[in-house]
Amino acid sequence: MPLLEYEALHVALPGMARPILDGVSLSVAEGEAVALVGESGSGKSVTARAALGLFPDGAETGGQVRVDGAELVGADAATLRAVRTSKASMIFQDPRAGINPVRRIGDFLTEQLRLVGGRSRAEAEARALELLGAVGLPDPPRHLRQYPHQMSGGMLQRVMIAGALTAEPRLLLCDEPTTALDVTTQAEIMSTLRRLQRDDGLGLLLITHDLDLAAATCDRIYVMYAGRIVETGTAAGLLAAPRHPYTAGLLGSSPPLDGPLTRLVPVPGTPMSLAESAPGCAFADRCRFVRPGLCDQAPPALAPVGTGLVACHRAEELTALGGPATAPDPATPALAATPALAAPATEENR
Amino acid sequence: MHREMHRGMTAAAALGAARSAAGRLLGMAVTLLVTSFLVFSSLYLAPGDPAGFLVKGRSPSPQELATIRQQYGFDDPFPVRYWHWLEGVLHGDFGRSYLFHQSVAEVLASRLPATLLLVGVSTLMIAVVGIGAGIVGALRRGTRTGSAVLLLVTVGAAVPSFVAAIVLRSLFGVNLGWFPTIGNGTGVLDRLHHVVLPAIALSVTFMALVTRVTRSAMLDELRREHVEVALSRGLPRRTVIRRHVLCNALGPIVTVGGLLVSGMLVSTAIVETAFGMSGIGSLLVQCVDQLDFQVVQAIVLLVVAAFVVVNTLVDLVHPLIDPRVGTAGGAR
Repeated sequence: MPLLEYEALHVALPGMARPILDGVSLSVAEGEAVALVGESGSGKSVTARAALGLFPDGAETGGQVRVDGAELVGADAATLRAVRTSKASMIFQDPRAGINPVRRIGDFLTEQLRLVGGRSRAEAEARALELLGAVGLPDPPRHLRQYPHQMSGGMLQRVMIAGALTAEPRLLLCDEPTTALDVTTQAEIMSTLRRLQRDDGLGLLLITHDLDLAAATCDRIYVMYAGRIVETGTAAGLLAAPRHPYTAGLLGSSPPLDGPLTRLVPVPGTPMSLAESAPGCAFADRCRFVRPGLCDQAPPALAPVGTGLVACHRAEELTALGGPATAPDPATPALAATPALAAPATEENR
Repeated sequence: MHREMHRGMTAAAALGAARSAAGRLLGMAVTLLVTSFLVFSSLYLAPGDPAGFLVKGRSPSPQELATIRQQYGFDDPFPVRYWHWLEGVLHGDFGRSYLFHQSVAEVLASRLPATLLLVGVSTLMIAVVGIGAGIVGALRRGTRTGSAVLLLVTVGAAVPSFVAAIVLRSLFGVNLGWFPTIGNGTGVLDRLHHVVLPAIALSVTFMALVTRVTRSAMLDELRREHVEVALSRGLPRRTVIRRHVLCNALGPIVTVGGLLVSGMLVSTAIVETAFGMSGIGSLLVQCVDQLDFQVVQAIVLLVVAAFVVVNTLVDLVHPLIDPRVGTAGGAR
């Protein structure tokens, strides 16, 4: 049984044209590092929060989310508290916003153990000191007495990580843990996270928009677009041979970490908002391989292609052509310069 | 070594705090001095001749009038009179009341307890009901209870204290007979019984204001990400509200509380008069009416002093509520 398992999770806000999450299924095994990649608004943060039973206010939910066997959709307060205090915890994007600015770091680190864990202040503080050392902070006793505004962003994110580990969870959810930090601190934070995850054999779900970071950190990757999983596979396989045009687009729009610099190609258009919906593939408007009559009929289902699963009507076809990254461009020259293709995309994105 | 560093920083922070507290006290003294000047000069410019009041009912000869004016120093030049008065005030001597033939200090001392009781009970009501209703309004937003709180806030803020006084007196005092309608009462329980209606009349508007501020501060804090983080860590909602929402929302509430002080003291003039209570407020009305300048000066100065003292306290309390305030140089 996987540590974390989503089965056709459906989350919708009343009055919106499309659901936030539409049939999301994914799993994280014990000790496994998995990434969920997507643009802002794709639903990846909502997915991660669902693993703690945190759903948007007033949302309608369907499907299942299980952490260590405990069902979270429609769970009662006691179940939620049990999962949140002993099974899963989350590292949020912006530690400056995520840690109460008027309380001391020590309070942040010990409150969970003292208030719900039933430990004494001394026990909780000993645990906090141990964790502050484990996340690589230089002077734990002093940090315990500091306020958040007296620490740098990178140090605070380490505090956030320590806070997530206090209750010894089995599953760590990281929602863009390095996005709010300096580039130089990002690598340190990621390696700290990875080390702790390996040492304790934790399951890790990393939410990020950075496909390269995901591939460098995780074993498996899920790519999300407009509330659906559009491709999943092993990190190496996905990076070497993306099968979905969106995955290929993401890869093509970021500079390679090694090898010669090539011209970056942005994914045209903007992600679909909750006020928009499409009868067929949600990515069709932005896809350079879109085929009218096929892609706009019904949403594609995830189907095995190569080593992974892909939700694209033309996946087989494109794979035969060498994959969407290298397949001959249906429109030449460059897409952005072609009004005939660029215009409908923006028009339909009203 | 770390410990020493820590101690050194604490000492520096303490020094900084002491320095800023000293600065605030100095500022307070200057404010009071300026106020004393304004108060004295405004009454000096006010129409009416106090000497005329002193001889009311008689028709003195010009000589007699001149003697009185000279005795009371009404003919001295303005700076001299101000200096004499200020010198007296600094020694605790606010002059003599023409109206009561007593020292101003004695007159005030006999009236102060009633007003302090009224203001104290009102403050308690404002704090408990205002903050309580604000919390309920924020947590129950969008429900029937939340809407009821908003409605009461709007109504409460629109009711002036004299209207509230009249309505409360006629309803609970005259018609139902639950509370006395006039006087201060004697003995602890009787005094409290007498002060209930005036205190409600005095606090209605301010309660509404505090409720509104509490509600919006709570709503602001409820939206913060650290609240979601605390919930995601399995802390019970009630604990999160107390530790991470209410504590963080205290800043604006305390600030508004400090600003209400002067408004409340001024409103006692209306409420005490409406309920026939003998306190500082009704005294002020009486003395303004009868041109008893010495008493008026002392009361106005007292109100300003209370306002300045309370708001200095608010400033000093703020760093305790939010450590980001006032530590710019010290604790980093």
